[in-house]
Amino acid sequence: MLMQQQSVIKKNKMTTDLTKKQIYASDKIARSFLILAMSYLLFGLLLGVIGGFQYILPSFLKNKLSFQQTRPLHVYLVITWIFTGAQAGLYYYLPRICQRKLYWEQGAKIHLLIQILVSVFIVYSFFMGQFGGREYLEFPPWLGAFMLLSWFPFVINFFFTLKPNYKNAPVYVWSWSTGILFFFITLCESYLWLIDYFHSNIIRDVTVQWKALGSMVGSWNMLVYGTGMYIMEKMSGDTKACRSPLAFFFYFLGLTNLMFNWGHHTYIVPAAPWVKTVAYIISMTELLILGYIIMQWRKTMSQAQKNYHIIPYRLLSFADGWILLNLILAIIISVPAWNNYTHGTHITVAHAMGATIGINTMLLFASVYYIIQQEGQTFFEKKRKITGTGVFITNFALLLFWIAMLGTGLLKISSKLNNEAFYTLMQKSQPWFKFFTYSGIVVFAGLFILVVTAISLIRESSAVRTLTSE
Amino acid sequence: MVKILAFITLFTSYLIYSGFVYSIGTESTIIPNKEEQLTVTKGKALYEKYNCVSCHQLYGLGGYLGPELTTAYSDPQRGELFMKALLQAGGRRMPNFHFNENEISAIITYLKYVDATAVSYKKK
Repeated sequence: MLMQQQSVIKKNKMTTDLTKKQIYASDKIARSFLILAMSYLLFGLLLGVIGGFQYILPSFLKNKLSFQQTRPLHVYLVITWIFTGAQAGLYYYLPRICQRKLYWEQGAKIHLLIQILVSVFIVYSFFMGQFGGREYLEFPPWLGAFMLLSWFPFVINFFFTLKPNYKNAPVYVWSWSTGILFFFITLCESYLWLIDYFHSNIIRDVTVQWKALGSMVGSWNMLVYGTGMYIMEKMSGDTKACRSPLAFFFYFLGLTNLMFNWGHHTYIVPAAPWVKTVAYIISMTELLILGYIIMQWRKTMSQAQKNYHIIPYRLLSFADGWILLNLILAIIISVPAWNNYTHGTHITVAHAMGATIGINTMLLFASVYYIIQQEGQTFFEKKRKITGTGVFITNFALLLFWIAMLGTGLLKISSKLNNEAFYTLMQKSQPWFKFFTYSGIVVFAGLFILVVTAISLIRESSAVRTLTSE
Repeated sequence: MVKILAFITLFTSYLIYSGFVYSIGTESTIIPNKEEQLTVTKGKALYEKYNCVSCHQLYGLGGYLGPELTTAYSDPQRGELFMKALLQAGGRRMPNFHFNENEISAIITYLKYVDATAVSYKKK
């Protein structure tokens, strides 16, 4: 009798393992996306460091790889890291959320292929000096169409695998869906300048560009915050938080910000005054609520859970700290009287870096290391110490980098008030430029550790998986 | 259901608001004549082709390695001749793009047009 029972249990386990294997067959693609995303980050940071040197050494690569090329390369690659990192996580999480295999596995491979091809063309066009000449999307416009195309298989996989029921769906499903929807809308909107009605009127062109790009940042924030909330739920085991009215209040506030708060970039543009008023009223409440949710979530985790998920937990905690710092800065630069001075200075860059590296990158790495941990705790344990060091170096150096950006910005404000020439400003700013370039190198070193460790762990776990399946 | 309704309401407001921004919210009183408009368009196309946005800002859009250009035309410290000299030979950080006279003139006309629109900017 006992023997029979044992045999049934064994058989059931084998069936479960086999089903799991079928459901999670797309993990290989998710891992490829993770490696691709982190490669974008690494190259993007390298170009950022080169760009930093062009501030302190004016002739550095001036004719071979000028700032006119390094900046768009840096911007494109780090932006792509953010949304590819979020997509990679989704390819991994989707089959786990709904316990069925990815709807169109082949589509995910097509997505990967198109994305790599588009990236190669974009990087090539920058090196060749072919530009579209817009902020963020500085590549020729036809490549934007292919970027849009590369998202289609991802969208099909997202909606057809998840088949979301929005009445009962947790907030992260809403967040991801909104991120995808608005990425499409804003990417199309950012190309309205191709129509003469928008292009020939500088006020309209600049305003719509700020509108599209401001909301586009909101769209990938939705993707990243959704990922953050999902792993928080999995780590704490608390399934109520992401279905709570507070979580949805935060989501709708975030959505309102995504749609309307871009106007704080346009205080200096002579558009209609109500554009600014709407932006100012709505301004920047989103981060406060996210901070509150993370604080609440930290309270729900036991010491054992914190120890087990120590690296993702630390990354999420650092993201929490960056939210608070960025919130203070966001409030300051959203006040119109102060915005007049801070806009167009490195204070805006400090805000952007705090958001992209401090918040988004920490949340995405929390997702990366959470996935690695799911793949096998034993692999992870081996690299726990070095990963912790990478997290600490990145955040410490980022804080210095952030302060350097603020210092550079404040100096520019003082220079403007004293009516000094641009050349004088650049001379005076040299110590601050050195400060942000050198601290930027240390940020690069910290993230290099995180990327290399993550890639080696992913490769190790996938090699063991292959051996096991053989 | 409340959530879905809230989303639909917000999304509809967003679409209507976008329509206003695209039209009455961004009307410009500075409209160049037809001939000038052609040169402005040419200058803008050059500004985009050479990715000037990576180093210079117009209305806060762009990089910080080079100076802000929104009001460069009417700035007593810079002005047309100063900009012309830089466009002809490049600068300490700015590469020499080997623009010809027509191209230089088109870029300056474009910056002159931007300067004329910068009413709120000059109030700063």
